[in-house]
Amino acid sequence: MNTFTARHAMGERVEGIALVAKDGFSARYDLDRLQGVFSRPAHKLAGQSYRDRILVLDAAKGGVATAWMLHEMKTRGITPLALVFNAVNPIMAQGAALADLPMLAGFDCDITSVIASGARVELIPDQALLRVLG
Amino acid sequence: MRLDEVERAMLAGEMGPVRQMALRHQITVGDFFGAPDFVPVSQAHVMADTESLGEAGVAWLEALARHPASERRVRVPTITDPRGTDFLHAKLLGQAGWMLTLEQRAIDAFVKLGVLMTDTCINYQTVQAPSRGEHVAFGDTGVVIYSNSVCGARSNFEGGPSALSAGLTGRTPRYGFHLEAQRRATLHVVTDWTPQTLDQWGALGGVIGRLAGHYWAVPVIEGIERAPGSDELKHFGAAMASFGSVALFHIVGVTPEAPRLSDVVAPGGALPEHRVGRADAQALEASYRVDEAIDVVVFSGPQLSLLELASLATLCDDRRFVVPVLAVTSPQIKPDADRMGLTARIEAAGGTVLAGMCFYQSYAREIAQANGWKRLVTNSAKMVNILGGYGYQPMLASMEACVDAACTGRLA
Repeated sequence: MNTFTARHAMGERVEGIALVAKDGFSARYDLDRLQGVFSRPAHKLAGQSYRDRILVLDAAKGGVATAWMLHEMKTRGITPLALVFNAVNPIMAQGAALADLPMLAGFDCDITSVIASGARVELIPDQALLRVLG
Repeated sequence: MRLDEVERAMLAGEMGPVRQMALRHQITVGDFFGAPDFVPVSQAHVMADTESLGEAGVAWLEALARHPASERRVRVPTITDPRGTDFLHAKLLGQAGWMLTLEQRAIDAFVKLGVLMTDTCINYQTVQAPSRGEHVAFGDTGVVIYSNSVCGARSNFEGGPSALSAGLTGRTPRYGFHLEAQRRATLHVVTDWTPQTLDQWGALGGVIGRLAGHYWAVPVIEGIERAPGSDELKHFGAAMASFGSVALFHIVGVTPEAPRLSDVVAPGGALPEHRVGRADAQALEASYRVDEAIDVVVFSGPQLSLLELASLATLCDDRRFVVPVLAVTSPQIKPDADRMGLTARIEAAGGTVLAGMCFYQSYAREIAQANGWKRLVTNSAKMVNILGGYGYQPMLASMEACVDAACTGRLA
């Protein structure tokens, strides 16, 4: 199977390279937002650049600051291309909406275990679909 | 989402571009979560410290504030979470001039939008607590969990842009904890231990938050032997929200929606059961004890109530601190603390009482570097969970132990 349906979706269609980990995501605590890399040492993507990648992660975490920080990252042009989560909270949805970042969340499988890092994927939010291209 | 006549007018731009933008933002979020419509809110509470906003966020607010007054002013009372500084003590904190400039620009913009600069994360103790069933759009995790759980109000976590949008439109998408069905318990926590001190309440909240693990989890707790006070529930909830992203809990026989366990369990529902106790809370507290020497003592996160400041002042009498002690409260409480002599008693021992800010939202990393602070002791479990991410070695202890440590430079 190479197409997955999400329960929640927003944003425009986008295609890019996936960066995948069974770990959480907080813009405030996990990232060096100036360099565009995961900076929290314990994070499974520590040291890796998220710039222009489609992030595929387990759950949105952290406090309310993420709602502002995705927008701030977007104005500097150092953001993921899109966000994909197993589970998402309102703050991440509000932040993605303000930053105009495409996002999918909520699948019938663990999405981090079925998408490989480096795979080329397409997000189709108007159909709530994630498609693996290769 | 179904829209009423007013919402259709806003979306069409008939009430100006600011409200149009706000409603569009809310529809995007509401559609994402499957909200059927909007629900009117009576208040909004905006989290917007400038470390989070950055230059981009402040410029965004300023752009909104340039519209005509009739188009830009909020429609329901809208208040603010702590700022990123106490201007009177910025030098003591080692904050740079650009931080204060950014703060002032944000404040100026908020005032033009009609926002009331309350600068507090304990508005339920100092401004106006919401009532049971009241729909609000609150934007600090500690405020939301207290309002939902202790007051029985209805709110999701509303980040700054969404809370401000709710203030501008007077409504919020009806999803999550605005829905009765979402407020039922999803896990049953049984305890044989009722904490005594605020750090213990925070530690127990942290343990339950970790168990719950995500925003949509709703713990119901059984076994608390007395009605906890407001400050105890404040630390309990703030830690649960911080460790677990939890927005609502019930305590059987204490919180308003759970007179009995069966009141918050879906009919025929069997909940996963967990047992927690004193040993779990002690283990959490012990996990942060990395050193005996300390650099700074901080009471913050949430801001201190008048009663907490009174307790601290009593502990400070006839003491002399050898490391900095910062006690952070709200702008509503600070004048009372001054008038009643509490501030003077804390400062006579060498401490400082700050107002209107929150320690971890005030460029915590930069002020650590400016002051050489790393080993920090506090009685706030929420703070120890957060400050590790800012390069501190935070340690959790009772208020009494924190004051003792401030006098010796070592945490016993």
